[in-house]
Amino acid sequence: MSGATLFTLAAIFAQLSLLAFGGANAVVSEMQRQVVEVEQWMSASDFIALFALAQTAPGPNLMIATLIGWRVAALPGAIVAQIALILPSSLLTAVTYTIWSRFRGARWRRFVQAGLISLTAGLIAAGAALVARTAATDAILVAITAAVTALHLWTRLHPLWLLGIGAACGLVGFV
Amino acid sequence: MQDERGATDEGQRAAVPSVGALFMGFLGVGLMGFGGVLAMARRMLVEDRRWLNPAEFTDLLALCQFLPGGNIMNLSVAVGLRFRGWRGALAAIAGLVAVPCVIVVGLGVVYDRYAENPRVANIFAGLAAAAAGLLIAASIKIAEPLRRKPASAVMALVCFVAIAVFRFPLLPTMVVLAPLSVLVAWRFKS
Repeated sequence: MSGATLFTLAAIFAQLSLLAFGGANAVVSEMQRQVVEVEQWMSASDFIALFALAQTAPGPNLMIATLIGWRVAALPGAIVAQIALILPSSLLTAVTYTIWSRFRGARWRRFVQAGLISLTAGLIAAGAALVARTAATDAILVAITAAVTALHLWTRLHPLWLLGIGAACGLVGFV
Repeated sequence: MQDERGATDEGQRAAVPSVGALFMGFLGVGLMGFGGVLAMARRMLVEDRRWLNPAEFTDLLALCQFLPGGNIMNLSVAVGLRFRGWRGALAAIAGLVAVPCVIVVGLGVVYDRYAENPRVANIFAGLAAAAAGLLIAASIKIAEPLRRKPASAVMALVCFVAIAVFRFPLLPTMVVLAPLSVLVAWRFKS
């Protein structure tokens, strides 16, 4: 690992930090583009596996950054990616917090928020399409994806159970 | 430094939390918050420790959802800042991510070591297929309310096509689409 790699990691995740309207799921697609296509740090299937792995950890779903940082540049990479992801949006939050009372009730805030939510919907759908295309590569995997989609929409089963079911299907050799 | 428990016994709001209490409070949220981190944060802040009343929590959450970044990360920063300035913000977010970071690096070690094993590769294939399902379900849930707002649905579709089909970089896409989408939301307000 080199200083240049760490710098690139920091630049990528700092940018994602400020663009993550709707959290990590909204920037999966861009993260994949940067990490797999532009920098070629890992294969598309490695990226998807790390994304899935991060879903099994507790805490904020932005932990995927730490995992990618780790994979690319071990411990320094994990630390740099995590800080780069946290710092810009946190500073923005701190600044906005101090002036929040001035525009909290403003009408334009409603339109800004509504406008951003439309884009978040598009971004998350793009992330879902990307992950599904890479992960669901044969009939059984497609069935797992479809089953988990349905179960998550129509039951209250905990996501961790659903991930466990998918992993178990892989383990017993269905895949 | 105040006692971590503060004045919770009197049934009213607790005393202003110390920097250490902020760290510990969000440490618990990061540890417990499988899936629903926000629900855990609300319970900790409003019910258990009573640092915020329900209205204050809702107001801070609105701020955090307005901004980019993880809602829960933004929330920890805002809460820390409210009670103890930048030290509080630092303590709260450090507490939030401390345990998940260690767990995630542990998972990374496991992946590095066993990803080549065909059996383990099968497990990861199944896991990734399941994660794809979760993401599809999440995108259906967030898109559902747009059914009644055709103009917003069109903006969502344009954004989807730009990112998923044309694979445009996110930054220029957002620079163009964000003002447009806000304009659409204002022009077609319902």
